[in-house]
Amino acid sequence: MRVNLAVKIGKLKLKNPVMVASGTFGYAEEFKGFINLKKLGAIVTKTITLNPRRGNPPARTCETPSGMLNSIGLENPGLEAFLKDKLPFLEKLGIPIIMSIASEDDSREFIELAKRLNKLKAVSALELNISCPNVMGQESLISQDCQATYSIVKSIRRITAKTLITKLSPNVTCISDLAKAAEDAGSDCLALINTLSGMSINTERQSPRLAAVVGGLSGPAIRPVALKMVWEAYNKIKIPIIGMGGIIDTPSALEFFIAGASAISIGTANFINPRVSVEIISGLGKYLKRKKIKDIHSLTGSLIYES
Amino acid sequence: MLQIKAKITSNKKFKGSCWHCIVNAPSLCRASKPGQFLNVRISEGLKPFLRRPFSIHNIFGGKLEILYNVVGEGTRAFSGKKSGDYLDLIGPLGKGFDYVGARGKRVILIAGGIGVAPLLFLSKEIKSRDKLILIGARTRDQVLCEKEFRNSGSDVKISTDDGSRGFSGRVTDLLKNIIATEKAAKGAMQLYACGPGPMLKEVCNIAIANNLQAQVSLEEHMGCGIGACLGCVVKTKNGLKRVCKEGPVFYAKELIW
Repeated sequence: MRVNLAVKIGKLKLKNPVMVASGTFGYAEEFKGFINLKKLGAIVTKTITLNPRRGNPPARTCETPSGMLNSIGLENPGLEAFLKDKLPFLEKLGIPIIMSIASEDDSREFIELAKRLNKLKAVSALELNISCPNVMGQESLISQDCQATYSIVKSIRRITAKTLITKLSPNVTCISDLAKAAEDAGSDCLALINTLSGMSINTERQSPRLAAVVGGLSGPAIRPVALKMVWEAYNKIKIPIIGMGGIIDTPSALEFFIAGASAISIGTANFINPRVSVEIISGLGKYLKRKKIKDIHSLTGSLIYES
Repeated sequence: MLQIKAKITSNKKFKGSCWHCIVNAPSLCRASKPGQFLNVRISEGLKPFLRRPFSIHNIFGGKLEILYNVVGEGTRAFSGKKSGDYLDLIGPLGKGFDYVGARGKRVILIAGGIGVAPLLFLSKEIKSRDKLILIGARTRDQVLCEKEFRNSGSDVKISTDDGSRGFSGRVTDLLKNIIATEKAAKGAMQLYACGPGPMLKEVCNIAIANNLQAQVSLEEHMGCGIGACLGCVVKTKNGLKRVCKEGPVFYAKELIW
């Protein structure tokens, strides 16, 4: 039996629904020795800002139960250096490249970035990172406010025909309200979830393990939260969802499809097993065959329960 | 860079909290250079969750050795591995020591505690007959690898913080004394160091004050170990650099402490 793993996200056609999450895969070149990158459904780049960013001081990561905290602070070389040094390698892969973008503190930067990227064929879609919890001095996130989310998505929607993915934060009271705001503003797709805010303390020193004190929690520790948010959003909106948060193997990837995701992203697991993404692609195919499901699309939101 | 499952042929307590593991990994041995490291997946499960970086201690006949201190959950789990178990290894990673320039020169290797780990491999590869190893430890029971260094054809001097063995005081004070008495050889002297942060900072200061070339191997918590996550950066004169990629070995003159 032949199974179909191809999915469509906005205008984007993916040969399979497995991508790698922003910030966990660098600019892909770091992983070329481990897997055939061309097998991936798509690559989401580490977030790029208009100008280079130094990021946060070290220590930037620490392990926590079944997960890790990070506070990188959006370190990146800026748009110009990305286009010159990173994009040519990505372009050659011939798979969809989703560029994650953020603005440091000014929404005009977002618009400038979107305008500049509009012209580039090599960039298949834009992921709006309005949910990074690690920008120091920032009191709240765009994606913690429905109006602010609506407004930024709308203003970028106006100027780009590229597929627009809005990445939301789980650090909110009601994720489906935010999901609806992004959908209403014209987002083609949602990425759920970014990291959960957290902290860890060295008790001997009575000091935080991260220099920035707080950071973003990722890994299997957050999977139940992520799944619930995907499921809640799925029930409220019509646009596709890219599910992520603690996926480490095929069963954990399947959970997200069943909860309502149309595609999934592998994040922190790339650090532990750099081959995990391609292993999951093959695992999904085997599952569909075994369950006699012809199309991965039929798995999305297929949760069976008594309500 | 390779990702392999290597069979453990021995994993034993070496001294105190220090353990010594040998794996069968000919392909890794062929690819490895002194100062490079391995990122080890200790458990198939979630505890510990991330890989742990360990420097390459020695290679010998297709076997690779790791020397590690049991300090936390990850290394405790590592010490529970038995001969015959497999370790999922990624490596060799990072930029190792630059030791070609040390050929024929006066070379001093400075190790603090478990910092002996990458220096044994280095001492074997350096083509110099004029090698001195300074091994620093808190107390005499914690002096590591003295015999191994002597066997590699190096002179060895010991320092202990409590004076229970060798020079009494810090290994960096011993280094200062040696440099002061060897003024003539200064121009050609090369320093290589690995150990705790404050010790490496002091080695860098000594090197800069005496206009000597020094390379130090740093340790940092890592997310990925392959340059993707930007978690293990340190401050250098050329901006933040990744310990896993541009390091773990840095020149004294480039680091900002």
